[in-house]
Amino acid sequence: MVEPEFRRFDTRALHAGQYPDPTTGSRAVPIHQTTSYVFDSVDQAAGLYNLETSGHIYSRISNPTVAVLEERLASLEGGVGAVCTASGMAALHLAVATLLNTGDHIVASRNIYGGAFILMNHTLPRFGITTTFVDPRDPEEFAKAIRPETRLVFAETLGNPGIEVLDIDAVSDVAHAAGLPLCVDSTFSTPYLINPIEHGADIIMHSVTKFLGGHGVAIGGTIVDGGRFNWEASGKFPTLTEPYEGYHNITFTEEFGPAALSMRARAEGLKDFGACMSPANAFYLLQGVETLPLRMARHVENTKHVVELLDGHDAVEWIKHPSHPSHPDHDLAKRLYPKGSGAILSFGVKGGRQAGRKFIESVKLASHLANVGDAKTLVIHPGSTTHQQMSVEDLETAGISEDLIRVSVGLEDAEDICGDLDKALKASQR
Amino acid sequence: MFFSLGGKQVHGATGAVSFEGRSDPIVVLIHGAGMDRTVWSQQTRFLAHHGFRALAIDLPDHGQSEGPALESIPALSDWIAEISDHFGEKIHLVGHSMGALTALHAAGHHKDSVSSVSLLGVGSSMPVHPELQEAADASDVKAAQLITSWGHGAKHHLGNNPTPGLSMTGGTQALIESTTRGVLSVDLAACSSYEEAVVSAENIECRTLFLLGSEDKMTPRKSAQPLIDAVSAEKEIVDFSSTGHMVMIEEPDLVRQKLLAHMTSS
Repeated sequence: MVEPEFRRFDTRALHAGQYPDPTTGSRAVPIHQTTSYVFDSVDQAAGLYNLETSGHIYSRISNPTVAVLEERLASLEGGVGAVCTASGMAALHLAVATLLNTGDHIVASRNIYGGAFILMNHTLPRFGITTTFVDPRDPEEFAKAIRPETRLVFAETLGNPGIEVLDIDAVSDVAHAAGLPLCVDSTFSTPYLINPIEHGADIIMHSVTKFLGGHGVAIGGTIVDGGRFNWEASGKFPTLTEPYEGYHNITFTEEFGPAALSMRARAEGLKDFGACMSPANAFYLLQGVETLPLRMARHVENTKHVVELLDGHDAVEWIKHPSHPSHPDHDLAKRLYPKGSGAILSFGVKGGRQAGRKFIESVKLASHLANVGDAKTLVIHPGSTTHQQMSVEDLETAGISEDLIRVSVGLEDAEDICGDLDKALKASQR
Repeated sequence: MFFSLGGKQVHGATGAVSFEGRSDPIVVLIHGAGMDRTVWSQQTRFLAHHGFRALAIDLPDHGQSEGPALESIPALSDWIAEISDHFGEKIHLVGHSMGALTALHAAGHHKDSVSSVSLLGVGSSMPVHPELQEAADASDVKAAQLITSWGHGAKHHLGNNPTPGLSMTGGTQALIESTTRGVLSVDLAACSSYEEAVVSAENIECRTLFLLGSEDKMTPRKSAQPLIDAVSAEKEIVDFSSTGHMVMIEEPDLVRQKLLAHMTSS
């Protein structure tokens, strides 16, 4: 039987998007630390500005180092293209601003990163874009919340911080039945654990800062364009299907077909909004992506040990991780995430807020900070940090109790991680 | 741009440059099996701004053109000749794969309609692997995967796309996956059943350009040689190293320049 032959995931994590530099032979991706690029001729410059030809003009729009990261992420996700941004939040904003206009509406999971929630609930309404938040576990709620002016369905593959598992197939069916794209934030899962496009998602966004980068040294984001959504048939996205005066009346679907979103997001979004990724950050993040398969396997393995420690621990009230049989999405996670459902979990410390504070203050190896997906184990109390701008009601709706501790399991020796958490838990009860 | 041909709606991309009020020569770019106009995205807009009315056409039942899909290369060729009739002038033809066979047949059999012909990813025959045809018949995604896998040279499997941020293989696969159900099957059958390629090549009287990839697995370089040998008209052969079947995507800059030079001097 004949089978398609593609480079496999681990190979693409190392090589996709790059060939050794033809001039210098540099094997590593060079850092093209330049703002701009010399034109061969006036005609070539005009062609670049007019999207007649391809190449780099100015590093706010594109940069050779950033382009390698973009192509690599597109390859790992199975998309047609990617656009990297200054941060994950910039990526989310880019997706929204490329597709939506004043008066448009989003249906979003209510269990999402606090920053994304604030953007949708408080900031975007200033620009006339509103959001209805729904239970990510109930595709019917997504369907019921869709209005004539809805233009985007948004959710996280693994929710934050309850690790709700999105049934991507079911929610994408709901979105597509309404002629809408599904955008998922796959930061917690990474393309190593799941390719959402294969399950029907249309746009994948990442905070590349997290597991993809892995080292906690650079901020960055990306949107990956799945290229499967039929913008023309939907008829709801004039930014892609109608002439754009900003580029001599180009119609992005007409010229670029499956890559219409990528091309508009770059030609308008990066050019006009300007939240581009720096080449140095792209280089740092590429170093992380190269080892993504190795690191994620270890993250997942270490998480198993931490879940085993917390399961039945005297100081633990409850635990939320999809690998635990008590998690409501345990069966769904087994289907969607055969390699493991990520390395972020949450649990409640017996004794509530005060005990949670003691726990945080007692860890010696784990770091208390506002990040996830680092090589090092991280702990945080979301109610007082990442989600502190949310009201008590919004916190409850998002499933964030006052005793909730979020752990991002790192790559240290599992015995050391578990030993540190165990001692801190015991200390929290004194 | 939409226009009507035989009572059916036809669609093509013009590089966002209107045909109205222009008398520049027309170049029609013809896509391959299971694809549409957007495979020429790296050439259409360029040609439209360099002295040509460029029309990257959606063949019937592809892209936004009305169906049904045409079932043979001669039928596709007749349809292309109708475009020349529609505009009332000879046209330059650029074809890729199935589109190259279509352009080849049109150049050989509709001589009054064709100013020049450029053939990318072409062979004197285009047998289709039975498992590819089977997958296409079943509208199995494996068909898109096989074409994508075989369609790009080894270097371009990893990318390094001159268009920042775009994946060559990702784009090809998504495009074929989006084809109307059943159309790829019809297209592949049209390719494999076509047996007049060499005769068509012998009939060609216009300037002919061959743009060929050294790593083309769909139409191996050696399969183009009988066509090259058969063309007695003025011809140019350009071989692209480390390049597969999707020449215009893998080497967009060189293809643009070669097409422009070829058609400008025709």
